[in-house]
Formats: sequence, C-alpha cells, structure tokens
Amino acid sequence: MMTNHLFTHLKQKGYSQFIMILLLSSVLLVQLSACTSVKEYQKNKLNDSEMVLSNRKIEKTELSFMSYREGASGANAGKSGGGCGCN
Amino acid sequence: MKKLTLSMIALYLGVLSLFAQPVRQMDSTYKKRKLSFEEANLVTSYYKQDGNNSSITGGIGTERLTDISSQFSVKLKKIDKKWRKHTIDMELGIDHYTSASSDRIDLKANSSASYNDTRVYPSLNWSMENEKKGTTIGAGGSVSAEFDYLSIGGQFNASKKTKDKSGEWGVKVFTFLDNMKMILPVELRSGPFIPRGTKYPMTDRNTFGTSLSYTQIINAKLQLALLADIIYQQGFLGLPFHRVYFSDNSVHMENLPTTRLKIPVSLRFSYFASDQLILRGYYRYYQDDWDLSAHTISLEPVFKPTAFFSISPFYRLYVQQATRYFAPFGVHTAANQFYTSNFDLSSFTSHFFGSGLRLAPPGGILGWEKLSAMEVRYGHYTRTNNLFSDVLSVHLTIR
Repeated sequence: MMTNHLFTHLKQKGYSQFIMILLLSSVLLVQLSACTSVKEYQKNKLNDSEMVLSNRKIEKTELSFMSYREGASGANAGKSGGGCGCN
Repeated sequence: MKKLTLSMIALYLGVLSLFAQPVRQMDSTYKKRKLSFEEANLVTSYYKQDGNNSSITGGIGTERLTDISSQFSVKLKKIDKKWRKHTIDMELGIDHYTSASSDRIDLKANSSASYNDTRVYPSLNWSMENEKKGTTIGAGGSVSAEFDYLSIGGQFNASKKTKDKSGEWGVKVFTFLDNMKMILPVELRSGPFIPRGTKYPMTDRNTFGTSLSYTQIINAKLQLALLADIIYQQGFLGLPFHRVYFSDNSVHMENLPTTRLKIPVSLRFSYFASDQLILRGYYRYYQDDWDLSAHTISLEPVFKPTAFFSISPFYRLYVQQATRYFAPFGVHTAANQFYTSNFDLSSFTSHFFGSGLRLAPPGGILGWEKLSAMEVRYGHYTRTNNLFSDVLSVHLTIR
C-alpha cells in the first residue's frame, strides 16, 4: 500500500526516468549475483589500492564544492546533506 | 645413563616449550586486543573560484571565493575477544574562506563581517567487522560549525558479504540536524546593520537519508558497485541572504519549498586492465521533486609505470536540468509562489578535469619510513554559465 503510494507520488513528480533506471539496476543486480566466484588467492589485483570502489580522501574538497556548486548530490558515498554552502 | 640424561633434557625442553607456548599465545592475544594505531591522514586543499552570477546579489555580481581547508584524521584498530576488528576514525577539519559575494549581504560594505569565515568540523566514527560472518556494523557522529550555521550529523551503517564473499550488501541511515542564523540582506532588515555578537533569529534545516549499496566482484580484474540514496530534507531550504529581483525591480529574499526529496542512483566500477593500467569509472542519475535532474559521468585511468608511482588524469562531465523555481535576475514576478536566482540550481553543463600523482615507495617518502604515501591532485572546473574554479589538494599518509 505504502509502496504503491510512493510510486504514484514518484510518477506524479516526473520520476519515470528514475523508475526506469531502478528497474535496469535491479536486472543488473540479478545478473551480477550470477557471476563466478573469485577465490581469495585470486584477489591480488582487486586488492590493489587503486582499485578501491569508494571516494579517496584527496577528493574530499572536490566533492564538497561540487555538492554546493551543483544541484545534485548523493550516491557517491560522500556527504549528501548538512552544511551551509552559503557562498 | 647418557641416554637417560639426553631423554631428561629433551623432556625438560619439551615441558619448557609446553609452558612457553601458552605464554607466547597469551602475549600475542593481549597485543592484538590492545587499541593500536593504524594510520593518520592529512589532506590540505586550496580552492579558488570566480564567476558573475552570485545569488547574494540576485544572480548578477562576483562569485569570487577562496578556501583553504585541512583535514587531519587518525585511525585506530583493536581486535576483541571474539576476533572482531574494531576501527575508530577521528577527524578534525578546518576551512577558512574569503567570499566576495558574501561581502555583498551589506551592499554598501567593502569588507563586512561576512567577507571571511572559518568552519570547524570534527567527526568520530566507529565500525566493527566480523570477518568470519562477513558482517560490519558502524556508527558515527559529526559537527560542523561556522558563524551563521551549525550542523550536527549522525549515522548508522551495516553491511553483509554474500556466501561466496564476492558480493556485499550495505545500508546506511543518516541525519543532519542544522541550525541557521537568519541573516537577511541589509535592505530587507527591519532595523539598522546588526553587528557580530548580536542574537539573530534562528531557523532549522533537517536532512534524513538512507543509502543502499551493493558491490560485486565480476572476475579477478573487474568489480562494480551500485548505490542508491533516498534523501528527504525539511525546513528552511533556501538561504536568507540570497536576493531575488522581480521584473518590477523589487527585491525579495529567496523563497523555496520547505521539503525536498532527492533520489540519486549510481554505478561505479574499477578494472585492472594490466599491471600498468587501472580504469575507474562512475555514472550517476539524479532527480528530485523540485524537477531538478542531472547526469554525472567520470572516467579516471590510472597509469602505473612502477608499483610505487602512479599518475591518474581524470575527466568528469555533469549535465543539469534546472529546478522549476529558478529564473535569472529580473524575471520572477509576484505570481511565483517560490523563486530563486541561484545559478547552482539552473540548467548548465560542467566539465572537471585534471590529474593526480601518487608516490608510495617501500622506504617511505624522502626516506621517512612512516610517511608511507603522498598524493597531489589538481583539477580545473568550468561551467557553461561562466563559473570557473581550480582546486589543488595534497594528501599525506602516515602508517
């Protein structure tokens, strides 16, 4: 019931593109879960420090000014709220 | 007799070793349980921007700004009795900025109280990883304080690896409870200029959010992460000193809805093409209920001529569709319920490009073993509505 209400609200607000991307992501997720498993001893390349899947500390100022100078934020493991960005 | 003596010595050594073993185990267990230093990081950045669409002067006027920021963090770790790894991350950040546009809150001032300010933002995070179960839980808190703004944040997070440990689900709930001084443009105040130290009326801005993530190892060279956030904001979502000039030349304080729902989804990947090349990529789609939408795409190849040195040029493209509440200087009318002339919420395309250098020699930087890595990164940002900025950052890691 609540999910239906949320989706109706999202549709009304023009979230059709978002719903499409969410559906595509779900399909991708199902595909991903079917991947062959990699053994621990085969993970030396994946464990390289440059292979990290999160933001690096040196990018913090860049992410901060972009979240103020641009309307979009979030989904990047960085800060997505709080703070002024007054200038 | 000789055989007996040798047997006695062997037995004695055997008994000694039996006693010695538990003592060593107890000693090593004790050491593992102690809170120990893992690493410290220092990041210092210099940021400079200029443009001609300041929202403080209604979408016209200088956006010149400089910001020097430093963040110092210390990470400590501890293994508990159940062999779970606890990590404590303490960080202190300080920014000092000068802003020509903030100076124009008082249009007559050449250098008012708002010309520069300092922001201090400490944070503390804890996490506990159970390697056996493949689970991690964590919690954290943060504070950000500047002259006219106070933000208090809190978060809880949890993650669980899949059975074969090639995938990991993550969830994070977070909140920011903000408090802001209502500093209006000088001509919209009822009384004369209010000096520092005076009590301003206060207003709230609260953010509540959930982040969902899934990371997956595709093969021995490729891994992906899917991220989705749902962020809800309520309260005073504009800024009190942002002017909006209507078509009849009257001046007003920016007025935006008191709620905002933001939904970004993203995909990130890293691919180990060869020992000399790693590719990192990112795509995000964003939409909110102010009708603002955006696509972000970035690519960063990392070239590694040696195992201890890398160079990583990067490019980021951002395309934004404006919120329905935006109009430039002198366009809004009294018929508009909500209005802003903040060009950060307008339609534009931005490009961000530059390069990073990373050094991590086995003997440490400049022969100092504890200084294990150093990174330098420069980026130039350009927006189609004539905002330009440069950012230079240096990161030192001490282990």
